[in-house]
Amino acid sequence: MPGILSVVERAYHGTIEEQDDTILWVSHMIKNAGADLSVLLRSNAVNYAVRGQDASGLNIGGVELSVPPRLDDDVIALTNAGAPVYVVAEDLADRGISTDELCEGVQTVARADLAKLFDAHDAIWHW
Amino acid sequence: MTTSGERTITIALMDPPYESGTTTTALRMVDAALRKGINVNVFAYEGAVNMTMKAQAPHPNPVKGTSVEEQDHPSTARFIAGLFELSQSGPALDWINCGLCVDERGAGDWIDGPRRGGPGDLLKMSQASTNTLIIGTR
Repeated sequence: MPGILSVVERAYHGTIEEQDDTILWVSHMIKNAGADLSVLLRSNAVNYAVRGQDASGLNIGGVELSVPPRLDDDVIALTNAGAPVYVVAEDLADRGISTDELCEGVQTVARADLAKLFDAHDAIWHW
Repeated sequence: MTTSGERTITIALMDPPYESGTTTTALRMVDAALRKGINVNVFAYEGAVNMTMKAQAPHPNPVKGTSVEEQDHPSTARFIAGLFELSQSGPALDWINCGLCVDERGAGDWIDGPRRGGPGDLLKMSQASTNTLIIGTR
């Protein structure tokens, strides 16, 4: 049975200042520390799995954000590291996002199947 | 309430840095207002007083394997210092950190520019402004 399912739902909170999403980041760190970990993106966080995001160009008071967050790349990096990434299908549809816009490797899960997904993990970390 | 032709906006912030989308949005608004010739007052309340702390430091990103230099991590203090620099050549930026909020957080060592105040200052700034925008924590 897989270990931890890390559930991310708050999106784009502090991502500019952090240059990433703090929960995707800590999930990757925990994966690197040896955890058997999956990530579920739900609610607004499903947008993290959309390819081709560009947050560049920010300049505040003449201070440039030279390294903007690349959340789609961070999602891909998680899957490449062996952490399955799921997105809730209905949350995509509610936002007009089609599955062909998603990063390769991301898996959709129907809302009705979430209980099974939860049941398939030892622990649910709902951030 | 403003003098003729001069516009001022007061913004009250409550969110701490690095945890909310409102911080970046608010700083962008301050930047845009200053560049449009609008004076800006900021009242930093509760966690927002941490935005100007001098000791904020950039860090590397161990997930990406990037160094401090490569990551070039901006801090809110650095952004706000830039806003104060911007105000040197144009409209004024007045930034007040709520003193009691500062004390309870031990957040008293901040960059040049902000000053200590209290809720009464928010009222005064609001009364002297064209408009006031309250951005609370949600």
